[in-house]
Amino acid sequence: MKFNRRIRQLVVAGAALTALAVVAACGGGSDNSGSGSSGSATTGSVDAVDAALKAGGTITYWTWTPSAEAQVKAFMAQYPNIKVNLVNAGTGNDHYTKLQNAIKAGSGAPDVAQIEYQALPQFALPGSLVDLNQYGFSQYESAYTASTWAAVHAGNGLYGLPQDSGPMALFYNKQVFDKYGIAVPKTWDEYIAAAKKLHAANPKAYITNDSGDAGFTTSMIWQAGGQPFKADGKNVTINLQDDGSKKWTSTWNQLVEGGLVSQIPGWTDEWFKALGDGTIATLPTGAWMPGVMESSVKAGAGKWAVAPMPTYDGQPATAENGGSTESVLKQSANPALAAAFVRWLNHDEGVKPFLASGGFPATTADLKDPAFVDKASTYFGGQKINQVLTGAADSVVKGWSYLPYELYANSIYGDTVGKSYQSKSDLNTGLKAWQDALVAYGNQQGFQVNG
Amino acid sequence: MSTSTATLTPATATSTTTTRKKKTGTSPLRPKRSPLLTGVMVLYLIYTLVPLLWLFISATKTQNDLLSSPGLWFGKSFAFFTNIKDTLTYNDGIFLRWLGNTVLYVVVGAGGATLLATAAGYGLAKYAFAGRRAVFAVLLGAVAVPGTALAVPTFLMFSNLGLTNTVWAIIIPSLVSPFGLYLMWVYATDAVPVELLEAARIDGAGEVRIFFTVALRLLAPGIVTTLLFAVVSTWNNYFLPLIMLSKPNLYPLTVGLTQWSNQATGVGAHPIYNLVITGSLLTIVPLVVAFLLLQRFWQSGLSAGSVK
Amino acid sequence: MAESVAAGRVTARKRRVHKDAKGWVFVGPFLAVFALTFLAPIGYAIYLSLFREQAFFGGNVFVGLDNYVEAIQDSKFWDAFGRVLVFLIVQVPIMLILALLAALAIDSLRLHAAGFFRIVIFLPYAVPGVVAVLMWGYIYGNNFGLAADLNDLFGTTAIQPLSSHWMLPSIANIVTWEFVGYNMLIFYSALRTVPGELYEAAAIDGAGTFRTIRAVKLPALRGAIVIATIFSIIGSFQLFNEPNILRTLAPNVITTYYTPNMYAYNLSFAGQQFNYSATIAIVMGIITAIIAYVVQLRGSREAL
Repeated sequence: MKFNRRIRQLVVAGAALTALAVVAACGGGSDNSGSGSSGSATTGSVDAVDAALKAGGTITYWTWTPSAEAQVKAFMAQYPNIKVNLVNAGTGNDHYTKLQNAIKAGSGAPDVAQIEYQALPQFALPGSLVDLNQYGFSQYESAYTASTWAAVHAGNGLYGLPQDSGPMALFYNKQVFDKYGIAVPKTWDEYIAAAKKLHAANPKAYITNDSGDAGFTTSMIWQAGGQPFKADGKNVTINLQDDGSKKWTSTWNQLVEGGLVSQIPGWTDEWFKALGDGTIATLPTGAWMPGVMESSVKAGAGKWAVAPMPTYDGQPATAENGGSTESVLKQSANPALAAAFVRWLNHDEGVKPFLASGGFPATTADLKDPAFVDKASTYFGGQKINQVLTGAADSVVKGWSYLPYELYANSIYGDTVGKSYQSKSDLNTGLKAWQDALVAYGNQQGFQVNG
Repeated sequence: MSTSTATLTPATATSTTTTRKKKTGTSPLRPKRSPLLTGVMVLYLIYTLVPLLWLFISATKTQNDLLSSPGLWFGKSFAFFTNIKDTLTYNDGIFLRWLGNTVLYVVVGAGGATLLATAAGYGLAKYAFAGRRAVFAVLLGAVAVPGTALAVPTFLMFSNLGLTNTVWAIIIPSLVSPFGLYLMWVYATDAVPVELLEAARIDGAGEVRIFFTVALRLLAPGIVTTLLFAVVSTWNNYFLPLIMLSKPNLYPLTVGLTQWSNQATGVGAHPIYNLVITGSLLTIVPLVVAFLLLQRFWQSGLSAGSVK
Repeated sequence: MAESVAAGRVTARKRRVHKDAKGWVFVGPFLAVFALTFLAPIGYAIYLSLFREQAFFGGNVFVGLDNYVEAIQDSKFWDAFGRVLVFLIVQVPIMLILALLAALAIDSLRLHAAGFFRIVIFLPYAVPGVVAVLMWGYIYGNNFGLAADLNDLFGTTAIQPLSSHWMLPSIANIVTWEFVGYNMLIFYSALRTVPGELYEAAAIDGAGTFRTIRAVKLPALRGAIVIATIFSIIGSFQLFNEPNILRTLAPNVITTYYTPNMYAYNLSFAGQQFNYSATIAIVMGIITAIIAYVVQLRGSREAL
């Protein structure tokens, strides 16, 4: 009976609790809070940031960067009066979903959050981030590469300091190349020839994998000199049939239509396997790749090497692929302290622990540091890979910008361009469909889109 | 698993169990065991087991072996115990913390869900109060709306209530199992004879007391089924905690393991598939234990359902 | 004789209910929590579905039923709906029949090691979704996986589980694998409530195994079959997890509007089109509820 009574008490307590909650829900549920852009415009300067560091306090930092733990530890050792709550709230889209929900709810967002360059405008434009110009952070421009400095801007605002960069280079499996007598391609024409030769010699091997990836496509259009996305406030222009885009498709179509690229999606265990056993012979990708290969493609040790990206005319040109910044959220109760932390992370002492974890810098001083540039990599057979990679950082094509709603754009890429990949047919058809969908979406969301 | 392997081979099983089985002949109550039926079921068993076998074999491999050895056979090294140790100690033993959270969510959430569903199912089956039809219609209508699409409205509501990032954001929604209610409704209809309730009423027992002393016992097999489903669905609850929680020390196992799995993606990728797989295997073990503990209630169900 | 016993039970059922508002005592607590976690968000979603808000510039406009008109004319929505309808018509009967046979087999006492079968068939339901990607990635993988091994074995390239033609059957296979055990347990535990006298009566009557199944077991399973069917219909219309898992393996085959639920989800999470997403969810809910209700009415003998 004692047991029964306890259950009854539980039931009664539960009922009371839920009744309470229902009442509260009716009060709160119908309140349709706005987009959370009403944060007050805090004014400040570098002095304010320094003062905040002295005053101390507590901030929350959302990131999935592997080096974050070491960085936060070092920061708190240096500033014992500051507590940083480090939270891994998810990777990529999970992280953005939570961020967007917290912004919409009006509370629960962190003070500082990692945001990839491509996603920055989507958070900056609706006014969810703090413009760091007010803290005089524009003075740090010379510390960073031109392309990453451009990437942390949206409109005239400065919404973070660059954490890393990803100038693209050609990673290739030298062992496979040697085995089939393939020379390292300098132009995309040579690359296609290499693809044919390899696949003919070994039908199970492919020059690279590409099952359709928005980040890769946009970077490749960037390298070809395309500028498909232009935004000025509410006015957006989309042209995925500009000269650069067509230049890329006329090359890449040959690989896709000819079935010369493997359809293994990136970042799956099959992909890691294929990188190790020679199934995938090259990867045109960001300079952060060596760290990934060393930790995750152990079977490839000693086999891989790095060369500059193939180009259309043989002259050096490349694009950025990937990379993140840390931004201060409008919801932050202590934006000056949050800004101070960002500065420490990506400008001051935080950079070293980041590089130690295998990250590729965005800071020019580190890109020029001989200790970094001339370091021989055991994984890459003793090659001084950073000479190639820092060289790439110098030849990034200028003038690129992402869409203000790039995250959405990437999410529907598979529905449109992915169809072309799947049917191994003209990528232009897919790009046009992508463009149409993006124009329609933009207009629905209140942009004035031409395209 | 060791207990089940003993009964795995049918030949030995027959010879040892014949002593337990007193009845002979083809009586429908104690029929002969059929090798043919067992054979057909073994085929189905293989279909069920192949993916699980992959999971088990993979849990014995190092991260490197996972990428270099065939899926359904062992790798160079047998790293099963190293994997378990690494899973339990990785990142300061966060796995154990997630395990603890999951147990909390399951005990309170699934336990509460079973209690609420049992009471409600019984109430709907045995009382002809006004609005019974409406309850049914509302229930069916609400369950038919896809929940994933309601995640954002639910999140905003819970956020206004200050419930996000607390254990209540997980526990309160887990307390509702429309499926459990449905199940208990059907069971109560059949398994609780009205004569018994009338008899208890004549004895002067109150309705709540009748429920706890008379009905609960008769409903045992149904309750166990409902509890089992509630336990598994709370144990596997992924989407809701993913949306509601942004504090890793509140995560349940599912969200935590996904976070580990996502380490294989993007800049700074560092896959730990071996820990994800071993962690998943460890996640299944408590469910197997729960199943084995609960299943004896089905055995007693036969006699519990009969009325003198 | 056995049939008349069963029939007697049915007539007895009609007298079973106790006319008393005290029933609310039992139903109330459930409904309170249900109201908070199901009804309130749905109410909110209905409210949202009447507005249109721009994710970037705010500006919430009341649009009446415009979103519903748009949804009804949305070819992506109907594309997704058609797909789950096909899935429902083919997969649900296969799954339920397998589950029914498994339950009858385990309950028949004719099976060796019945307890072992019972737990193993149920186990797939317990596998966490995160590892399902790796697991099915292996089984369906036509580069290094089981599919590749089978292709090598037969010297073909015919087995392409992740290609667009195979995708729906591949998803159906996963759902069947996961949920046969689930439904089997529903049926099995219903069989456990059959009173022993019914079997004795059937035995005295000289009924064989199949006659006992038809006359005693199937009638006893009626309620369980109806619930299993209803929840399978709802599950099919809400298909989400399995295609979402396979999407990481075949991003181009599975579109963001592969199923209605995925469509609603992606509208909301990727596109921040909360209003239209809520509309799709409500429309889908109405269609699902109507079909489920019809099944309930046809399936259950007692008029609720």
